[in-house]
Formats: sequence, C-alpha cells, structure tokens
Amino acid sequence: MAEVFLPTPLLPLFPELTRRVEVDAATVGEAISQLNERWPGFRDRLVEAGPALRPHINVYVDKERAGLDTAVGTGSRVDVIAAISGG
Amino acid sequence: MSQTIVLVGTRKGLFVIESKNRKKWEVRGPLCESWPIYHAVFDKDSGTIYAAAASEWLGSSVWRSSDLGETWEQSSEGLTYGDDSELKLSKISSLSAGHGRLFVGAEANGIFKSSDGGKTFSLVTTLDDQPGRDQWNDPANQPPGHLGISQTMQDPDDEKHWWAIVQGHSLFETTDDGKTWAPRNKGLRADWPLDNPEVGYCVHCLVRSPIDGSRMYQQNHVGMHRSDDQGLTWTEISDGLPSEFGFAAAVHPHDKDTFYVIPLDPGHGRTMPEGKAAVWRTKDAGSSWEKLDKGLPQEDAYLGVLRRGMTNDHEDAPGFYFGTSTGQVYASLDDGESWSEIAGYLPGISSVEVAVV
Repeated sequence: MAEVFLPTPLLPLFPELTRRVEVDAATVGEAISQLNERWPGFRDRLVEAGPALRPHINVYVDKERAGLDTAVGTGSRVDVIAAISGG
Repeated sequence: MSQTIVLVGTRKGLFVIESKNRKKWEVRGPLCESWPIYHAVFDKDSGTIYAAAASEWLGSSVWRSSDLGETWEQSSEGLTYGDDSELKLSKISSLSAGHGRLFVGAEANGIFKSSDGGKTFSLVTTLDDQPGRDQWNDPANQPPGHLGISQTMQDPDDEKHWWAIVQGHSLFETTDDGKTWAPRNKGLRADWPLDNPEVGYCVHCLVRSPIDGSRMYQQNHVGMHRSDDQGLTWTEISDGLPSEFGFAAAVHPHDKDTFYVIPLDPGHGRTMPEGKAAVWRTKDAGSSWEKLDKGLPQEDAYLGVLRRGMTNDHEDAPGFYFGTSTGQVYASLDDGESWSEIAGYLPGISSVEVAVV
C-alpha cells in the first residue's frame, strides 16, 4: 500500500474523499485510476488529454517530482500538490 | 408566489441573487466551490441550473443543481477531444439549454452536448468544414480571453436549428442539428483584411426577439447590427452611440424594435466612456438611441460589462439586469429608465442570466 495525500480543493468534489487515501498501485497513473474507480470523475480533475498531469498539478513520490509513469512502491508517500498560482 | 433568480457567474464562483418581488434582493454564494464560472444558465424544462466552470488547477467541468443552487454536483465526463487529437480543451465558456439537452461551447473551438442532464457529454462538432477553420485554433490567431465558442443559441421552435459564435471569427448557423453549417455574417463590417469575405467578423453577442424570430441584433467588435431575416443579412445601426464597441446586448421581450447595449471604450480599457455608467436603448430598431443612466454612477465609474453580462426576464413589466467586471449588479424594472444596484461587491462578473421560477 502507498499513501496518497490530496489537495484540499479536491475534497468537496467527491463524497467521503479524504485528504489521505491508500492505494495499491505500481505507478502514479495507476494510483489515480484506482481513485477514479472509487470516485468517478476524479481522474479528470488531475489529468488532461495526452494523457498528462494538468499544468498546475504537481505530484511527488517520496519527495521526488513525478509524472504519470513514475513508479510507486509499497510504503511510498505520494503528494499531490495544487501549485500556488493565480490570484 | 414566483421568485426571480439572477445567476451571476464570476471569477470566484457562482452567485444567486434572488427576490420574491424584484425589489428586495438576497445574495447567495459563492457556489460551485468558488471555481471561475464563465456562464451559468437555468433550464426551465428540467429546473436545473448549469454552470460552465474552468479551474486553472482542476480543469473544466459543468456544475449542476436541481434545487436552485442549494446542492451541487459536477461532471466533465466526455468533455475532451481525446488523447490523440490536435485539439486540446482549455476551457468551457458558454452554455445553452433547450429541447432536453445542454450545449457547451469550448476552447479549442468545439461544441459538446449532454442529453442526460449534465452527467455525460459528447462532441457535436468542431465546424471542420467551415472557412477559417484552419486558422481559428492557432494560438497566434486567437483573440484575448480564448473563449472558443463564445455563444450557442437555440431556436425554441426547432431543435435542429441553432447558431454558434466562434470568438473573433464569425457567426454560424445550422439547420440540421450541427451536422452542417453556414456563415451568417453578410453585411457585417471588418476593419481588418479578410482572406474570405464570408468570415473573419468579430461577433461579441447575439440576441433574438422572442416575439419575432426573424429579428436579431448583435453587438460586434465594430458596431451594433440588426437583422430582419434571421441573420441572413445584417445592417449596421451604430449611429448615435458614443462607441461602436461593446460586449453585452439585450432585446426587449415584448417589443422587437427595442434593443439595449452598453457601449465601451474600444481600447485597452474597455470600460464605460468618460467614467459615466450608462445603458443605451433604441426603441425604433436602431434609427435612434437614448442614454439611460438614472441610478447609475456618473463619476469615476470605469465599469466594464462582458459579452454575457446583460440579460432580461420576460415578465409583463420585464426586468433588465447587468453585471460588471468589478462586481456590481444593476437592475431596472422600468424598461431601463432607472437602475438600482442589487449587489455591490461580488468578484469580477463574467455572466448574468435570469429566471423566474
């Protein structure tokens, strides 16, 4: 299992979604797909056509900048960050 | 007792301004988790509010509420050109509801449809066979704002008949539900060179008389225009106005010759001329214009109003409403003769629509 920490703007969009969720996935993309199965529409909020992470969404696996193909290990910490931007 | 609800799309969420008598108003919001709302509409057939939202972080989605804004859900399922397309959806910016469906205008230029109440969407058209199509999705050719399809308008009497504006490029009409299209810009003016005289016109806002569908008006980047043949040809009616530039327009629901615009300075400012707020009205289909400013600020009032920023209800004594890019909403219940502020400190306003429920 890996731990995924989500940005707070996502939480009100999906019933019972919590800041910290657990996934059993081999990559970041797989982790997002798993969460999409539990909360339909979740993937669209983080991933755009390509597929690619949305421009202002940053993902870190064990503190290293990651993409959709980045490997996720057992016990990994995955942080999803909505970049500080806009006004 | 009926209730009037004014839907105000802003940079920081949707606001609902509601009243039982159109005199005392209450504001609810921000709704839709404060996502930027480009346009919100009320579908009278289903009683649903829809809001087109585009978040810098979380992408575009259509919010929906079936209880007048008390609770909300959102979906973007199907709002995509696909992983392999040359087109990328950057935002959704316009909505129209009717005949049991919802149209969504997007940038890059395309129109999506939902037939299940905003739960899922499918692509209707990207107007691929139309002149100008090879240029209008090129970022170098896009006007500021990058709204893409900035308006769709449905014919309430014919579900296969509707219009679409490609921002900065043209008005188009379909009579077969989006399968084929024709440019409808004959008679419009362009103050720039055109490769093809059929297209290349900057149509900001299209309105149609509810009592005579052949009568249309449009606020264009260069001039106000009237059509007496349902958009087949256009005649400029700008004489008498302080500026040929503006975004918003409204047509009187009971008088096809009465039409309202909000002229703006055409430069970078795009605010009301001389810092004096005013709506302008013609009662003779554009032969003459009168300035309506009673109740509106007349000193240092550099207000802007965007293309979806003015609307009206269809009551016997109709209400007219407009919202500014600095967050004020004004209403008039006497055909525009006088105005009162019904909200003063909202975020910058993108759109104003109204429904009586």
